[in-house]
Amino acid sequence: MRNFIICALNWVDERFPLTAMWKAHLSEYYAPKNFNFWYFFGSLALLVLVIQIVTGIFLTMHYKPDAGLAFASVEYIMRDVPWGWLIRYMHSTGASMFFVVVYLHMFRSLLYGSHRKPRELVWLFGVAIFLCLMGEAFFGYLLPWGQMSYWGAQVIINLFASIPFIGPDVAVWLRGDYMVSDATLNRFFAFHVIALPLVLLGLVVAHIIALHEVGSNNPDGIEIKQNKDPKTGIPLDGVPFHPYYTVKDIVGVVVFLIVFSVIVFFAPEMGGYFLEANNFIPANPMATPPHIAPVWYFTPFYSILRAVPPMFNSQFPGVVAMGLSVLVFAALPWLDRSPVKSIRYRGPLYKTWLAIFVVSFFILGYLGTEVTTVWGTFDKETWIVGGVDRATVVARICTVAYFLFFALMPWYTKYDKTKPVPERVTG
Amino acid sequence: MAEVDQKRRRFLIAATSVMGGVAGAAVAVPFIASMLPSERARAAGAPVEVDVSKIEPGAMITVEWRGKPVWIIHRTKEMLAGLTELEDKLSDPKLDVPQQPEYAKNATRSRKPELMVLVGICTHLGCSPTPKLKAGSEEGMTADWLGGFFCPCHGSKFDLAGRVFQGSPAPTNLEVPPHYYMSDTRLLIGEDGKGA
Repeated sequence: MRNFIICALNWVDERFPLTAMWKAHLSEYYAPKNFNFWYFFGSLALLVLVIQIVTGIFLTMHYKPDAGLAFASVEYIMRDVPWGWLIRYMHSTGASMFFVVVYLHMFRSLLYGSHRKPRELVWLFGVAIFLCLMGEAFFGYLLPWGQMSYWGAQVIINLFASIPFIGPDVAVWLRGDYMVSDATLNRFFAFHVIALPLVLLGLVVAHIIALHEVGSNNPDGIEIKQNKDPKTGIPLDGVPFHPYYTVKDIVGVVVFLIVFSVIVFFAPEMGGYFLEANNFIPANPMATPPHIAPVWYFTPFYSILRAVPPMFNSQFPGVVAMGLSVLVFAALPWLDRSPVKSIRYRGPLYKTWLAIFVVSFFILGYLGTEVTTVWGTFDKETWIVGGVDRATVVARICTVAYFLFFALMPWYTKYDKTKPVPERVTG
Repeated sequence: MAEVDQKRRRFLIAATSVMGGVAGAAVAVPFIASMLPSERARAAGAPVEVDVSKIEPGAMITVEWRGKPVWIIHRTKEMLAGLTELEDKLSDPKLDVPQQPEYAKNATRSRKPELMVLVGICTHLGCSPTPKLKAGSEEGMTADWLGGFFCPCHGSKFDLAGRVFQGSPAPTNLEVPPHYYMSDTRLLIGEDGKGA
């Protein structure tokens, strides 16, 4: 039997590099031995991607991308399709958990400098994956054809309409109609289930190939390839990804699936943050909901959009600011001038700015879920800010802080007091 | 074997690549154009032409444009005079929220002062407000009413320029659709026309 398996494997290997790929990416891919908690989220993101693809395939078997039928077909999935409720809740929870995992995965880079040379391309593929995910989330959110689906899409497409000169035509082209309609739903379905998933899968493959070419970073931010065993050529601080990290990641997967299941079974709407209440009302082009808020994972960027006041009678500057707030991540490898990568050896300046950035991100995220009057309005007599909503003033301060984190990075990382970096990985 | 003419080879490679690129771009055109509004969508979204000469002063008509009711109100001199008295009672008298095209961002929210064109959909939850054009309590409003619109669903009040009163649940003024006058009596709803 064993002989037969070896023969079969040889037969394949002569025609397809199966063993070579297994070795290159798993059994002989040497990852630093000091990975910690933050290194779970890459494999978890892959897990959520699989969950989304599998549940998505089964949802398309029952969903109808037709303005007249879409809302009812989602309710049909929830009520009549055997286990349809479970598949749909897995998909909707998966969408939010995708962003939870990806935000933590990105934050890991800010902690340990994983975007720094030589991993710039790993990072750029990652930023492209993040953009693609945002597209997936936006297109997918229209499909249930509820009130928030409809008006959310309306608001976002109108952002494109604010582009000077060509904006209104671009908006009509995106919608395929003069308002969000059946044509829009149908094409968003095409983007959501085929166009973007293909791009996403390609980018994930590129992300992993680029990573395995340069090797993983680690919490010390030092290159394990600089200390190789002179005989074997294997990094002294490296362990084979399989079995060491495949097994470790299974622990992460189990913990993640416990959290995931608790949400799916006990709080799939997450108090209106994962599935908004207004989306249980069918889309009605004649009736605007009193408060249109995006789903939580878009709210920091949405807050930045609202915080920028209209200039020259145009909302366009806000749209540019929102676009920049996402795209600026791509510049990170070149903005960071610190001689060290990991936060363990960085000085107080970077730590302070990172804290400011994280706090701003959370405040912007919270404010994006609320109306701008949530904290009331300053008295008319107040100096400078008289008559302005308090939340808007806070959002503006946070927006400035958000961008300063990036804009001042070349200076504060360069002049920061760093600690000496060890030769070999620690703990 | 004859010597390879490298210059000729480079030229042919470049020419083939450029032509391939042109062909690729040309093929993209039908795909991108297929996302434009279809003939059916274009027909349904076509502008609507209205003869406004038959509207009596102080009266209004309703036409349908893109599935929405559009009101055309012929305002009298008294009605127009009333608009200026209301500013401190309105939510957005300066028209900061872009609920109208640039050419209607003025005191009367219209191209012609006497003719008001409005989308008759409440900005709160999309009911269609009821016209209460006459001033005073004749149509069931309060005695200081100067004419306007009252939404029966949640009580939003708008003046004769579609501007929302403070204290109404509606967040913004009624929308002024794109429109222009093709002649003195013919109004086209759905296009900004020249000089927009």
